[in-house]
Amino acid sequence: MQLIFETSRPGRRGVRLDPLDVPEATLPAEFCREDAPNLPEVGELDVVRHFTRLSARNFGVDSHFYPLGSCTMKYNPKLADAISALPGLAGLHPHLSSSPVYHGCIQGALEIVYETEHLLAEIAGMREVSLQPIAGAHGELTGALLIAAYHRAKGNKKDTIIIPDSAHGTNPASATIAGFKVVQAPSGADGTIRLDAFKNVMNDSVAGVMLTCPNTHGLFEPDVHKIADLAHEADALLYYDGANLNAIIGQSRPGDLGFDVMHFNLHKTFATPHGMGGPGSGPVGVGERLAPFLPGPRVTRTEVGFGLEMPPQSIGKIAAFFGNFLVAARAYAYLLCQGDEGLKNVARYAVLNANYILARLKDAYDPAYDTTCMHECVFTATRQAKAGVRAIDIAKALLDRGFHAPTIYFPLTVKESIMIEPTETESKQTLDAFCDAMRAIAQAAQDDPESLHAAPQTTPVGRLDEVRAARELDCGCL
Amino acid sequence: MTWIPATDAERGEMLAAIGVRSIDELFATIPEHLRLRKWQVPPGRSQMAVQRILAETAARNDTGTLSFVGGGYYDHHIPAAVDALASRSEFLTAYTPYQPECAQGTLQAVYEYQSAVCRLTDLECANASLYDGGTAVFEATTMAVRQTRRTRIVCHESLNPLYRRMLATHTANLELDIVDSEPASLDGAACVIVQNPSFLGTVRDFSDLAERCHAAGALLVVSFYPVSLGLLKTPGAMGADIAIAEGQSLGLPLSFGGPYLGIMAARQKLIRKMPGRIAAATQDAEGRRGFVLTLQAREQHIRREKATSNICSNEAHCALRALIHLCLLGREGLREVAVQCHAKAEYLKGRLIEGAAGIQLLNDGPTFNEFAVRLPADAESVVERLLDRGIHPGLPLAPLGAGERTDLLVAVTEKHTREDLDTLTEALEQALCN
Repeated sequence: MQLIFETSRPGRRGVRLDPLDVPEATLPAEFCREDAPNLPEVGELDVVRHFTRLSARNFGVDSHFYPLGSCTMKYNPKLADAISALPGLAGLHPHLSSSPVYHGCIQGALEIVYETEHLLAEIAGMREVSLQPIAGAHGELTGALLIAAYHRAKGNKKDTIIIPDSAHGTNPASATIAGFKVVQAPSGADGTIRLDAFKNVMNDSVAGVMLTCPNTHGLFEPDVHKIADLAHEADALLYYDGANLNAIIGQSRPGDLGFDVMHFNLHKTFATPHGMGGPGSGPVGVGERLAPFLPGPRVTRTEVGFGLEMPPQSIGKIAAFFGNFLVAARAYAYLLCQGDEGLKNVARYAVLNANYILARLKDAYDPAYDTTCMHECVFTATRQAKAGVRAIDIAKALLDRGFHAPTIYFPLTVKESIMIEPTETESKQTLDAFCDAMRAIAQAAQDDPESLHAAPQTTPVGRLDEVRAARELDCGCL
Repeated sequence: MTWIPATDAERGEMLAAIGVRSIDELFATIPEHLRLRKWQVPPGRSQMAVQRILAETAARNDTGTLSFVGGGYYDHHIPAAVDALASRSEFLTAYTPYQPECAQGTLQAVYEYQSAVCRLTDLECANASLYDGGTAVFEATTMAVRQTRRTRIVCHESLNPLYRRMLATHTANLELDIVDSEPASLDGAACVIVQNPSFLGTVRDFSDLAERCHAAGALLVVSFYPVSLGLLKTPGAMGADIAIAEGQSLGLPLSFGGPYLGIMAARQKLIRKMPGRIAAATQDAEGRRGFVLTLQAREQHIRREKATSNICSNEAHCALRALIHLCLLGREGLREVAVQCHAKAEYLKGRLIEGAAGIQLLNDGPTFNEFAVRLPADAESVVERLLDRGIHPGLPLAPLGAGERTDLLVAVTEKHTREDLDTLTEALEQALCN
C-alpha cells in the first residue's frame, strides 16, 4: 500500500479556512522557516480512503478475538465513546483549573475526577486515589516516587526495590527510572514467590516490594500477606501492579491484602479502548502511609462545591492537570453501569473463561503450571518446539485462522510461553472456536510442521524481516 | 449481566468441562480471610441512566462562548474527518502492534506519523509518541543524561512552568543538578531546555545557543508548538538535538488535560537513546513492503531495568489523530493556519495596547499567537467581570507563578473572527474603564 506522502500532488488541498479577516502581519525572516513544511498535498477524500484502507489492515477487539495475555483486551462499551465526546468534557480547557476565578466553570469535571477517584479507592481498598498518572508504567513510576518521598520524610536510607522475576518489564524499568536499585526475587517451581527466597533478599535497604497478584503466570500469590508483613516489619512498602486486577476485582482488594500503593490500568480492567497502544490511564492508589504525598492538586468537596488543594507534603505534579481525563470519564461511565454486582461478575467470568480454555487445551499444549489459573492461562510450546514449531509459529497460524495471537515469549520465566487472557466479555462460542483452532494447530505441528512456518498467508503481508528493519533503520520518509 | 454473554446453561457446561461445581471453587487459591467482605459500590445503572447523569454533569462545565485561554493548550479547528477516521474501531480497539502482520494499519500510520514529525521539525528521527508535552521534557532530560553522562540540566526561563514542576517531581529521587537560569558557562551541562514560543508567547531564534551548547558538549532540547511550525524557524534549523512538543494542537480536543500527545524527534545519532516505540519499514519474503517495531532492545519489555525508559502504553491513537490532522491541512494548510493565528493575534495585540485602558505588553520580542499583558487592575477580578458575558479573556499568570497579579496571558487561534477579537477588546476596555 502507498504511503500518504506518495499520493501527494503539488497544489492539492484538503481543508480550507475562511479568508483572513484582519490585516496581514509579518514576522522578521530570521524567526521564520524557509519553506512550508513538506506535508502531503492531498484532498479530503484521499485522506479518508487512505486511513479507511489502513484501518482494514488491523485486527481489533471489535473485529477479532484478542486473547493477548496481561493486556485484558475486553470489549470497550460504545457508551463510553459517547461520554468522551460530550462537548462539556471534550471542549473543556484544562487551564480553567489553574486560577480559582474559573473554578465555577469546571464543577462538572471536578466532580467526575472526585467521584472516579473515590470509586476506584473503594474498589481497591485504598485510602485515596490520584488520576494523574497517564499510563500504567507512569503509575508505577509515581508509586516508586511516593515510596521514595515516604522514606525521605522519615529519614530512612533505603535504596532498593524487590521485584519478582515474573514481573512485567515496566516494574524494574520504573523503579530504576525513579532512582532505585532493583533486586530480583525468584519464582519457585510452582510459579509463585518462594518465601525463603524472598527472605534472602529482604533487608533494611529495601524501600519497597513490587508485586503483581495474581502474577504473570496467572497464579494468585498464596503468601502475599506474609510478604506484606515481612516488608512492613522492615518499614518497606508493598506496591501492587494493577495490570492483573481483572482477576480479583470484586473478590479481593489490594488494600486488604496488605498493599500500600498501586496503580490501576483503566484501559484494562475498566474497559477503555487500547487505541493501538494508547492512550491508557494509570491512576495511583495509596493507603494511609502514602496519602499525604500524593501528587496534587487534589480535588476537595466543600459546601460551596468542588475546589483544589495542594497537600503540603505532595510529591508535586506527575501530570500537568488530572491525567488522561477523558479516559477516566469513560471508566467512570463503565463503573456506574457495572455497579456492585456487575463488577463482582467481571473477575468471576474472566476466571471461568480462562480456566475453560485451560481445560480445553491442556492435553494439546503443556500448561506451564498444573493448577487452576486465574484470569489468564500460560502454556509452554516446548513439546511443539521439539517438532520444530515454536510459539511464534503458533501465533502466526492463529492469525490465518482469524484470531489475534496470545502474548508469546512472556513471562520470561516460561520457555516458549503462550499466555492467553480471554476476559469476561467473550462468549463460549468464541472460546470454543479459538480452542478448536489451537487444537488444529497442535495437530498440524505433529503432522505437517512445515505448513506452520509459512503462516501467516491471509494477512496483507507475510512475516516481516526484522533484522533488515533494524539494520536499515528506515524510520520515516524524510 | 452487563457485557458478559455467558448464559446459565453455558456456565454449567464450562464448569463441567473444568471439573468444578461453581465459579467460587476457582477462587479457592485466595485465602478466605483475604476475600472481599463488603464494599460501598452503588448498584449498577442502565446505559440510558448513565448517559443522562453524565450529560448533566458535563453540562455543569462552562466551556465559554468566547475563550482566549491558551498557555500551551489551544482551541484549534478540528476537521470532522479527524473524528470520523480516528473513531474507526479497527484503530481504537487494537493494541500495541506485537503481531505486525495483523497490525499494518497501525504500523504504517506510526511510520507516517514519524515521517510527518521529522518533516515538521527538520530532524531525522522521531518516536511513535510519548504521554504529553510535560513528560516529554522529562524523557528528553534523561535521554540527554544518558547521551552525555552528565547530570547538570539547564532550564531556560521560556519553559512552561507546569513542565518545570513536572520535571522536578519526576527527577526528585535522581541525583541531577537542575538550574533555572542560563549560566555563564555551559561546561558540564547535559542539556539546555528551551521552549519556542516561550510560555509567555515570545518567539526567539535559539541558533546561537545551539552553537554554545555544542561547543560545551551539551545538547539543545527545544520544546515547540506544532502549529507554530507552519511559520516559525524549526528546531532542526536552529541546531536542536532533541525536539519535543505537546501535540494537543494537532487535532486533539482540549479534554480538560488529556489524553494528549508527547512528540519527540531527534538527530539520527541519538536514535538508540530515544525512549518509546519506533516503527521501521522492511519487507516480507515476497518483497512486499511492511512495517515493524524496531530497536526494541531499548525498551522495558526486553531490557527491563536497563531500558531507556519505562514507557509501555503510549498515546498511539492521539498520534494517529495528529497525523490525520496534518494530512488534511497539508503543506499549505498548516502554513495558512499559522499565518492566520499570527495575524489575528497581532490585530488583537494592537487593539489592546493602543486602546485607552492602559494595557501594557510584557513580551520583549515578537510573538506568534499568544502574548502576555499587564492590566491596570487585578487580572482575576477582570476575568470575573467578563465571565458574566461568557468570555474567558485569558489565563491569569500569578497563580502559575509566571507573573504579577495584574498579568494575563491571551491566546488567539484561527477560529477567532475579527468580531470575536473586537468583542474582547471592548469588553476588557469596559471592565477596566468603569
